[in-house]
Amino acid sequence: MEFSEHIKTANVDDVVLKLPLRPALKGTLCVTAHHLVFSERKEEAGTCLRNLCKDLRILQFDIPGMEECLNVASSIEALSSLESVTELYPFFHRPRELSLSEPWGLSSPQQQYAQTERLWDRWRLSKVNRNFSVCMSYPRTVIVPCAIDDITLAKAASFRQGGRFPVLCYYHRSNGMVIMRSSQPMTGANRKRCREDELLLQAAIDESEMGYIIDTRSAQQAQQARMAGGGFESKAFYHHWRRLHRHLERGKVLQESLIKLVEACGDPSQNMDRWLSKLENSKWLSHVHSALSTAGLVAECVERDGHSVLVHGFEGTDTTLLVTSLAQLILDPASRTFRGFLQLLEREWVQAGHPFRQRCAHSAHSHARLRQECPAFLLLLDATWQLGRQFPLALEFSEVLLLRLAQDAYASDYGTFLCSSEQERCALQVKENTHCLFQFLLRREEREKYVNPLYEATDLAIWPSVHPQSLQLWTGLFLRWTEYAQTMDEAREEIWTIVKERKETDRPKGCAHTTLSRHDSFTNVENLMDELTVL
Amino acid sequence: NKHVIRGKSGVEQVKLLDRFNNKTTTGTLYLTATHLIFVESNVPGAHEIWILHHHIASVEKLSLTTSGCPLLIQCRNFRVVHFVVPRERDCHDVYSSLLRLLRPVSYDELYAFSYNPKQNEQQREVGWQLIDLTAEFERLGLPCDQWQLSDVNRDYKVCETYPRDLYVPITASKPIIVGSSKFRSKGRFPVLTYFYQEKKAAVCRCSQPLSGFSARCLEDEHMLQAISKANHNSRFVYVMDTRPKLNALANRAAGKGYENEDNYSNIRFQFVGIENIHVMRASLQKLLEVVGTRSLSVNDYLLGLESSGWLRHIKAIVDAAIFLTKAVTVEGASVLVHCSDGWDRTAQVCALGALLMDPYYRTLKGFMVLIEKEWISFGHKFADRCDQLDGDPREVSPVFTQFLDCVWQLMEQFPQAFEFSEWFLIQLHEHVHSCQFGNFLGNSQRQREELQLKDRTYSLWAHLLSEQHNYLNPVYSPSFAERHPVLEPSTQPWNFKFWRNMYHQFDRTMHPRQSILKHTLTLKESNSKLEDTAHTLQAVSSYLLSSPLRCTNTPLQSLSSLHDSSPDAPDGNGGERTVEGSSATENGYGELQSSFSSKNEPAMVSLEFGVARMTC
Repeated sequence: MEFSEHIKTANVDDVVLKLPLRPALKGTLCVTAHHLVFSERKEEAGTCLRNLCKDLRILQFDIPGMEECLNVASSIEALSSLESVTELYPFFHRPRELSLSEPWGLSSPQQQYAQTERLWDRWRLSKVNRNFSVCMSYPRTVIVPCAIDDITLAKAASFRQGGRFPVLCYYHRSNGMVIMRSSQPMTGANRKRCREDELLLQAAIDESEMGYIIDTRSAQQAQQARMAGGGFESKAFYHHWRRLHRHLERGKVLQESLIKLVEACGDPSQNMDRWLSKLENSKWLSHVHSALSTAGLVAECVERDGHSVLVHGFEGTDTTLLVTSLAQLILDPASRTFRGFLQLLEREWVQAGHPFRQRCAHSAHSHARLRQECPAFLLLLDATWQLGRQFPLALEFSEVLLLRLAQDAYASDYGTFLCSSEQERCALQVKENTHCLFQFLLRREEREKYVNPLYEATDLAIWPSVHPQSLQLWTGLFLRWTEYAQTMDEAREEIWTIVKERKETDRPKGCAHTTLSRHDSFTNVENLMDELTVL
Repeated sequence: NKHVIRGKSGVEQVKLLDRFNNKTTTGTLYLTATHLIFVESNVPGAHEIWILHHHIASVEKLSLTTSGCPLLIQCRNFRVVHFVVPRERDCHDVYSSLLRLLRPVSYDELYAFSYNPKQNEQQREVGWQLIDLTAEFERLGLPCDQWQLSDVNRDYKVCETYPRDLYVPITASKPIIVGSSKFRSKGRFPVLTYFYQEKKAAVCRCSQPLSGFSARCLEDEHMLQAISKANHNSRFVYVMDTRPKLNALANRAAGKGYENEDNYSNIRFQFVGIENIHVMRASLQKLLEVVGTRSLSVNDYLLGLESSGWLRHIKAIVDAAIFLTKAVTVEGASVLVHCSDGWDRTAQVCALGALLMDPYYRTLKGFMVLIEKEWISFGHKFADRCDQLDGDPREVSPVFTQFLDCVWQLMEQFPQAFEFSEWFLIQLHEHVHSCQFGNFLGNSQRQREELQLKDRTYSLWAHLLSEQHNYLNPVYSPSFAERHPVLEPSTQPWNFKFWRNMYHQFDRTMHPRQSILKHTLTLKESNSKLEDTAHTLQAVSSYLLSSPLRCTNTPLQSLSSLHDSSPDAPDGNGGERTVEGSSATENGYGELQSSFSSKNEPAMVSLEFGVARMTC
């Protein structure tokens, strides 16, 4: 690959780097194929170049000389929006301690199925999508009701947008209820129906039971979707399913919300009212609110009401995944562990075909308002952070992991978030040629950085409060580069120390036990002596 | 002891409605001389609510409904309870009794005069001596070569709202003091309140000058000169008028006003722009209206937060305190702070500034000293502002609440800087209004002496110190204070947040379900207990090893005592720190109708004290 074509000026001397809240640095700027390298030099500027990064950081370089500045700018522009996936850095990242032969990914639908024995009598593993011919964005294997054969599945798929027919994504152990997800049915303007799709949904629940369909669109939006060939499950054909509409914003609206929020966070004026009105105007916290309360609703249906749930919106690749994964975090203690959370992300986002490539291409600072850009994944991380704030002991991972994921979803050394579906990943041999982020994070020395010291496993569901007073702005992410929260870091350290002390004081407890047993033998002696005196 | 309502011991079948969801609890309502008590009926371990009459701000009888007569009670500690009493006559009885009880007309009726915590006279006395302001000024290095203790106000003759002991510049003679006091509103002339030893810079406080449009007072000018002269580090003294300029200008028409820089040599005059008590009262009221709305949307919440202006006011006070701190610690200049009467905004700014400058005030005891000094001794009108007696509603204002809010904002920014946690602030707020202890009664030291509070009531400080383990901040680090003797808070607007644990302290559904604070506190407590256990066991084992056949009772006794505090049992489940959490139904994610949902509610499990309630 000829990266050098893009690099018009490789080295610039006497560049001043300005970062918010830090003194300016002077040094040499090198443009390489995948990185900007800045090395500091102690000396004493010209044209200025502002770099707006995908992780919301703003770097300002003062480069002497107009021409060089323009060269660097266009090089960065070109290199930061490479067209071909295989030119991206994960395909070149070869750290010494990792080998490409190591396993890629944490689990597969097969493993998930094999581990959940209680699924076996009613659910089966289907390979109907083995060639990605039924659904481009699904993995090769999916879990479906036993009663439905592959031919029926294929027919049902043709009735769903993008072929995303209803599949199982979560099995609730305590009552056997499930959460499924799909895309919208293609009923169209003249209310088409599909027997196979109806059968599929019926087979997911018992004859006598009822299920809920949580549609992540408003009723009006769902109606309008019919004009474009989409639609919703009509009560007349799906007798045992009750539909609830919950309007979640998507696509462009979410992206604009993020842009406004990031702008608000960069506002230098110290005005309280202006900040609050900008925060309100961005609507970001409203989106967090709707995501959490819809997920809460799904979890409530499953856990408290004892019914199975199908979640979908339009394509079933964005808000649907947001809701199903949050519902699992609320319900499932396994998904709140470090590994479990990464598995959840892998299952519900990577394998389930969230189009990371289009959604996470440019983040908030991009001028090119791309139609496909959407921070749905970021919203999931934010909502997860809110859960962590409300249940600081319930999640095994800390905010640091969420920040790392927020960064890597947009630009990474690893291949995990590349591409938009399993099919694409196979075609480009991503698994063979890149390293897996999740596997990397689970390595012992990495893991330590991301765990929550206060974690205490609980089997209970964690119901978040969705009162506006209970939601907070995720300053760790949105003000990451503007406010240096050293005091917070120190406090976190202190908590770590207390927890570690706890572990250490537990140890003498162990040796205390040995003295206790010694004490037991002495009481025996004492008893003997008592007997002696009685005699 | 329960107050009899029409021959009955209590009103039964009263419904308590939750403010934010459809949950209702049925129980019995009792009225005693001091409390309104609601006891949940037919539940083992029944939930009880005790409301002190002094905490009740208003009682409202709403219009009759089919289920009974609703009674809405709003409390000064931000509790809002909504009862529905089945019979109107009962409701009216409760209502009229409450109206009579919650507006005491004389101090003797206050709870503090009947409250008896089973202490003897000596303990009471010791309690009152715990906080000693003379010792505090000694700690600050006073008196010194530039500042002296003045006896001019020994009999409260010069200023009746000031304390007896006042520190003034050496060069300020009695005639100057008396002259200056005549030129200041309510006689509150400039006196020292904090001394920054490192730079020999003083923080002084007073009230506004009676300058009108052109009046001058040579003694007052001399007084400021003396303050300036007492500090060799700076050629001038800052005069901070904490009011908005417009208010100060308006005061001139009433013969009051602010210092004219032309008349006072070596002063730098500065307006800070904190609004007056009426604006603050309205602002908090607006805020509480907004956050009390049912099914409030995120956008309405943020808009309401903005339009209430509450956080803007909080920020203005913090900004002022930062200005004060910088002037003193960086420039080494002395600062004179005043507002109109010098007992509201002045107290806020001086106290907050001292908190930023001096790590001592960030300790539990130091904070008590700070409040005793800046608020109690210098005559913040607690009785009027907190509405202790039936008085002028226009005098009521959340000035002290606001100060606590500012302190909380600092705690959020500097989690390791304070020895105490927010529960301490909340507890203080509780007792400023409870009238259970003598400390905050009345408007001035003079009045407190007349009421003989030290002989007739108990001190809150002793009470709080006795249960201080509940109020400690587990991540407090004394070494942080060494590294950051002066706090430099950020004033970016996003650092000012709504204090949910204060304004919604009784709305349990809103809180984090598990609390880091409480958890680490418990961890720390159990850590130290485990250490003790280990020590005892070591002692026992070495004893046993050294004298194998002479087992006496001593080591065994200590062993059995160990069993009582078994390290395996989680400690700290005490009621003090427990706040109950919530379940899915209380959150109202959706309107699941009972059309086909009629399964039994799963068992509720209360997890830890971390405010948690989760379902199995």
